Amino acid sequence: MALRSSPILADPLRDVPPPPVPQPPHVAVAEEPHPDIALVERAKAGDTAAFEQLVRQYERQIFRTAQHITQNREDAEDITQDVFFKAFQKLEQFQGNSKFSTWLVRIAVNESLMRLRKRKTSKTVSMDQDVETDEGSIPRDFAEWRPNPEQNFSQAELADILRRTIAGLPPGFRTVFTLRDIENLSTEETAEALGLSVPAVKSRLLRARLQLRERLSRYFRQTQEGPK
Amino acid sequence: MNCTDFLAKLTDYFDGQIDPELLAEVKQHLGTCHHCEVVVDTTRKTIDVYRGDRSYELPESLHERMRAAVMERCRATGRLPDIELKGKKMPSPEEFLKEEAERLNR
Repeated sequence: MALRSSPILADPLRDVPPPPVPQPPHVAVAEEPHPDIALVERAKAGDTAAFEQLVRQYERQIFRTAQHITQNREDAEDITQDVFFKAFQKLEQFQGNSKFSTWLVRIAVNESLMRLRKRKTSKTVSMDQDVETDEGSIPRDFAEWRPNPEQNFSQAELADILRRTIAGLPPGFRTVFTLRDIENLSTEETAEALGLSVPAVKSRLLRARLQLRERLSRYFRQTQEGPK
Repeated sequence: MNCTDFLAKLTDYFDGQIDPELLAEVKQHLGTCHHCEVVVDTTRKTIDVYRGDRSYELPESLHERMRAAVMERCRATGRLPDIELKGKKMPSPEEFLKEEAERLNR
């Protein structure tokens, strides 16, 4: 696939250092170089087997991230290939200032948002539109959920509920939730991957979590009438 | 601490990034506010249920096919010179996300 159009993330291949994390005083930090650094150096020297090892390590994560953001499996497959291909071509730009995986995620987010923009899906109305989103940071549903509510649905039903619910979030919120809560990146790594400040990530994460909670509550709440 | 103050600290509370004094206030609020207690429980469950979702996993054979396709492209072309690609102007990430937030707030 041809490389196309300019990026959504400002300089997505930029290898930025993570925001500083406060360290407790008087703690000796014995930093071992991350094993990826050696693989990257070997790949830069032309060792494609080393690059293949990196692909093997991160391909699932990149695929999941792309699929969560785009909500489309075929797009996610294309994006995964494009991310690694682009990373391979631009390997010299990775200087080890951030983790290699964060660099890949940054490229994946950019490619995924570009794909959405191209499809203009960010303007489509989701099935969850009936939940007002104008005050997304204020919870309104205070119903308790059934114990293990997911067990009331078949695997396919649950997958459908989760997919439709997260698809109803604005892409920016969906992206933050995916990186932070599903892929388990730290707040600082998420900020780094998205080119956002830590407070901006926290604010988006709060709204994403609360909106998902509000929407899932319709299916999971404890009620005699069943899901609304 | 009221419910609004509590919500402002919810992310830090979940992430364990909250100083002990504030944590005590949060816990005190949770002990007296059923609504906020429900929000905490159900938000935690929301995160757990998404983390446990395996419906996005592909069979290993498809992952292998994808990896093979990537490596074939890499081996075929090698690394290219750093060419600036020209295309129509796209928003920066901050602009893109801000746009989405504004749309949400409308």
